[in-house]
Amino acid sequence: MSASTAAGVLTRPAARTTAARRGRALPTAVLLAGALYCLVPVVWVVVAASKSPDELFSTFTFSPGTGLLANLRDLFAYGGGQYGRWGLNSVLYAGVGALTSTFVSALAGFGLAKYRFAGRDAIFYGILGGVLIPGITLAVPQYLLLSKVGLTGSYWSVLLPSIISPFGIYLCRVYATAAVPDETLEAARIDGAGESRIFARIAVPMMVPGLVTVFMLQFVGIWNNFLLPFIMLSDQNKYPMTVGLYTLLAKGSGEASLYSLAITGAMLSILPLLALMLVLQRFWQLDLLSGGVKG
Amino acid sequence: MTTSSHAAPALTTTSGRGLPDRPPPRRRRRSWAPYAFVAPAVVLFVVFLLLPIGYAIYLSFQGLRLAPGGAFGRRVQVFVGLDNYKAAVTDPEFLAGFGRLAVYGLIAVPFTLGLALLFALLLDHPRTRARRFSRTAIFIPYAVPGVVASLLWGFMYLPSTSPFSWVSEAVGGGAIPFLDLPLLFPSIANIAVWGGVGFNMIIIYTSLRGIPVEIHESARIDGASEWQIARRIKVPLVAPALVLTGLFALIGTLQVYGEPTTLRPMTDSITQTWVPLMTIYRDAFTRDDLPLGSASSVLLALGTVVVSLLLLRITQKRAFGENG
Repeated sequence: MSASTAAGVLTRPAARTTAARRGRALPTAVLLAGALYCLVPVVWVVVAASKSPDELFSTFTFSPGTGLLANLRDLFAYGGGQYGRWGLNSVLYAGVGALTSTFVSALAGFGLAKYRFAGRDAIFYGILGGVLIPGITLAVPQYLLLSKVGLTGSYWSVLLPSIISPFGIYLCRVYATAAVPDETLEAARIDGAGESRIFARIAVPMMVPGLVTVFMLQFVGIWNNFLLPFIMLSDQNKYPMTVGLYTLLAKGSGEASLYSLAITGAMLSILPLLALMLVLQRFWQLDLLSGGVKG
Repeated sequence: MTTSSHAAPALTTTSGRGLPDRPPPRRRRRSWAPYAFVAPAVVLFVVFLLLPIGYAIYLSFQGLRLAPGGAFGRRVQVFVGLDNYKAAVTDPEFLAGFGRLAVYGLIAVPFTLGLALLFALLLDHPRTRARRFSRTAIFIPYAVPGVVASLLWGFMYLPSTSPFSWVSEAVGGGAIPFLDLPLLFPSIANIAVWGGVGFNMIIIYTSLRGIPVEIHESARIDGASEWQIARRIKVPLVAPALVLTGLFALIGTLQVYGEPTTLRPMTDSITQTWVPLMTIYRDAFTRDDLPLGSASSVLLALGTVVVSLLLLRITQKRAFGENG
């Protein structure tokens, strides 16, 4: 960049600077418009959560209200503290589910990337095919099967189907291939390390950036999932945040006072994931995704 | 990548010279090790993917019929062949759901990908400012669940709480009917675009960052404008990332469920069978017709696989054509 600008400045200084200024304003404006588009609903919900039910329908949408504390108190009192339970359930489903899923994917990805064995390609392409089958389409058949063994309605019915992630396995394989050198593994074997020790002590530390990515994708995926828990669960106390807020909203069409609760609940539910994402953002290796199709 | 297989025998023989009795047990241990690594994934894959699919296919050929001679209307499950499939493909509501899905997808997918590509190119543009801020801001909706996003936008569409309608009324117009036809389709598509742009932008952007700088530099020295560089150099080079994001957007479209379901309490324009998954849910759970729900699920999964493969095939041909 510096080379071309320098050359331009030497030949036609005046024209170059105005062109550069004009060339900077439009792209920046479009980009900021995009940022505004993405932020407006978030700003709106934060403002709306501060309004009492009366203010919600009477004052200008972007002027803050006076009811934030009352809304929060009502929200956590609703249904005997159900909102807090939904939040904890979501943390449980997404946290435990994503952690287990990342572990299983790392094992399989490492095995598929670093060993040659009979059936390896069949397993890999079988799992790759699973990427194309939308998880949601599976929810109904999964319900049917889990109801056969009497697991529907339990925490397991949401946790277990969330663990298997064909895409996570695929990413772990791509990442293990790229990040774990065969020479290191061989050196460890010569030193007498067992295969499980090699995985835990050598492969996993080398794969950490990729594993963080897989964990985050899985965490967000489970946290955002609606249909699976919606189908599997009937006990409101086991609902995750998404299903809980939905029931709150569905009831709200009858009683407008519940709208304030739904809005405050939505606002609060965004915060933890937002914080987690912003903290982990720099560990993300999303080039893993874009590079994936080439290989 | 496959050097381990070539390197391993050579290394074991060299170490074997010094320690003659060590290599055999190690080789035996390594022969089962890879199976142990993939076993949990394979078991879960079979139990939660293959088995449900198999069971759904089995169930889709079953039907509940009145038992012969059952005076009290006792119903038994019998083999009914393709009856459920016939019922599914002749159900006008199920088919109309696909039609609505198509309209929704024709808005949501191009806008998601187009905006994601535009923002990624702008982030990669040498003269834009506020890049870090914009990148984070545009990525934020990814952390918002679809249901919560629908709730947010739903309230922003609802005449009594909508800021847009507030402005429209302030300047003398009426409330904007976001949740009635014909605006309903773009309104719901907008929720998907809002939620999807950031993630796709990051994928395309990281792919753009992978292009060697020398390629733009030489084009820039040759006098190419940023627009020309973007169109002729950058976009063709990130084609694989575009295929991937396109595939995700398409699969996401076919399984849209949470958004219209969440908006349903707010409007009368969304029926109980608005998209195929809603019909499946109604058949399987509200009407307790699991076989019909299974047949429809199988059809939807099959459709997704076919459309995905078609997309991959078409785009691969194009990508190869552009490279060669």
